[in-house]
Amino acid sequence: MSEGAVSVILGKKEKFERSPDRRSEDFHERLFELEAEGELVVQRITGDFVEVPTKYGIMKKIQKSNLWHHKSCGQCGHIPGYSTSIFWLMRKLGYDYIDPEDQTSCTAWNYYASATSNQAAQAAVAVRNFAAAYETGNFPLIHCGTSYGHYKEVRSELLHDAALRQQVTKVLHRLGKQLVLPEEIIHYSEWLYAVRDEISARAVRDVSGVAVTVHPACHYYKLVEGDAIFDPDVYHGQRTAAVSGLVLALGADLRSYSTFFDCCGFGFRHILVQRDFTRSFATLRKIEVMKEEADPDVVLTHDTGCVTALDKSQFAAQAHERNVGVPVMSEAQFAALAMGAHPFKVAQLHWHSTNYRPLLEKMGIDWEAAWAEFQEDAERLKSGGQEFLTWADVDA
Amino acid sequence: MPATTLDPYMKRDHVAGHTDVERGEKERLIGQVMADSRFGDYLYGCYECGICVAACPSARFYDFSPRRIAQAAARRDIDLMFQQMQEDIWECSQCFSCLRCPRGNNPGGVITIMREVAVKEGLHSAKEALAGYSRIIYKIMSTGTQVSPDMLQPDAFPDWGPEVKDVSENLDLWRRMLPPETMHTTTTGWQVADRTLVELYVIWLETGALDMIAQVDQGIHMILEEIMEEKLEEEGIEI
Repeated sequence: MSEGAVSVILGKKEKFERSPDRRSEDFHERLFELEAEGELVVQRITGDFVEVPTKYGIMKKIQKSNLWHHKSCGQCGHIPGYSTSIFWLMRKLGYDYIDPEDQTSCTAWNYYASATSNQAAQAAVAVRNFAAAYETGNFPLIHCGTSYGHYKEVRSELLHDAALRQQVTKVLHRLGKQLVLPEEIIHYSEWLYAVRDEISARAVRDVSGVAVTVHPACHYYKLVEGDAIFDPDVYHGQRTAAVSGLVLALGADLRSYSTFFDCCGFGFRHILVQRDFTRSFATLRKIEVMKEEADPDVVLTHDTGCVTALDKSQFAAQAHERNVGVPVMSEAQFAALAMGAHPFKVAQLHWHSTNYRPLLEKMGIDWEAAWAEFQEDAERLKSGGQEFLTWADVDA
Repeated sequence: MPATTLDPYMKRDHVAGHTDVERGEKERLIGQVMADSRFGDYLYGCYECGICVAACPSARFYDFSPRRIAQAAARRDIDLMFQQMQEDIWECSQCFSCLRCPRGNNPGGVITIMREVAVKEGLHSAKEALAGYSRIIYKIMSTGTQVSPDMLQPDAFPDWGPEVKDVSENLDLWRRMLPPETMHTTTTGWQVADRTLVELYVIWLETGALDMIAQVDQGIHMILEEIMEEKLEEEGIEI
């Protein structure tokens, strides 16, 4: 076959887009139908938004400002630099938000681990949070990949199961709340993707020499896959563009590896009570493969469980002299570092297990000086001079 | 002669590690799985292509196969499904990589339903799989957040490296050094409002989620019930 013929064939596949009749269901039709019938309230996207492409070509609106942060219990509890970086980025880019106390966990980590809940309870927890966001007039932004995936499952069940809808509505009425579903369920990594050029324009640290591998989170793009961002310009639309799109915009050296589709090994129940599985899978199928095939300076991902499993599993593997030892963090922390965030006051890297110091050096960050600044603040708090560190302290 | 069926995937009794029960009891349990409104959306038959197995992390580590789950459910193989409820279902990672199924099956979702029935019915497998997990159930149901900063103790996570010890020793100070005001907590991931907790308790009670706990851990159930009832009484809410 001639070179020209080959390029014609390849050219045809430049955009992998399904024709409208072969796409998966667009949930919006049923959503607005039920709204018209008075069965539920739809919280609409308001103000500035960006349209992003999803797996089957349907465009998704991402609201830029006035966001209600649905936090992640695993991020806030064990990886606090993850949530802090998301807030910091939003503040630096000048977007308003609410960090609510009127929010519970989605409780899906527990559900997928133990099944000590049921369909109605899970749906009620989800829509209680959605109603709480709606009451503030701010649009929900979901921090956790599992919350995001689970809420999409719940949405689908509520839209198609009248009995469930009725049961959940009854519970909500006891709480004095309406059944509210947002026009879109938006993950924070989609917001980062939507504003990636603004982040890139504000970057103060050169990351072009930083080799990055990305672990796409299963619950982001495998659970109710139609909503996830797929961009023809990122891996030809053959894997989600969340995280990778931001890495490219920042100009870092994005490297692929053959087990990108594999799960991280988190396992929900396993990470807590059967970690031999998690440690083995995270290191043998993910970290070692990345090291061998791509030799990254950092692994970036976009979910609570994935950061935990990939970061924490490496310590024990090092004792067995396995080929591990790569820092792991969310792309939110990496983007914040690129925009000049403090590695300890904002990115909170001292909560991570793998050695992040060589990465910081490569990014031109003097981690010893930064740690001394952090310790100085710690001493001030210890001596009672100040009770809490504030955003003003962090930005100083 | 040990009881067995012609099903090639069935384990013999002495290997299966659980007591066999009457056929009627199996039908009652599996009947609950199939009666779940999600079941029909999770299963459309099976091509036996094995794509789900290739994508499954648990299949690489355990003697576990999402294909066997889908096939047993598609065949309505009550004996094999009962056996899977005694063991296999707790090996699933619930990552849903098996949604790659070209037939549109969701073996992970079928497992979620099977687990729910195993918990609700207090099956031995559920109690065994959740041994050591009770503190998590307590945390999520009572506080509305699942993992808390004070869980990071070196004796609980010895395999996570020395940083866990650093965190636990500096916990209160390091939490106060977090700029987001809601995160100055040590016993929960963030500060959850009192009213929000009351609403969560109403959900657990109204939907029967709290009752499920009694089957796997009566002690935790009693404590949770007491906490919730006291809180709701304070608020003048009757369930």
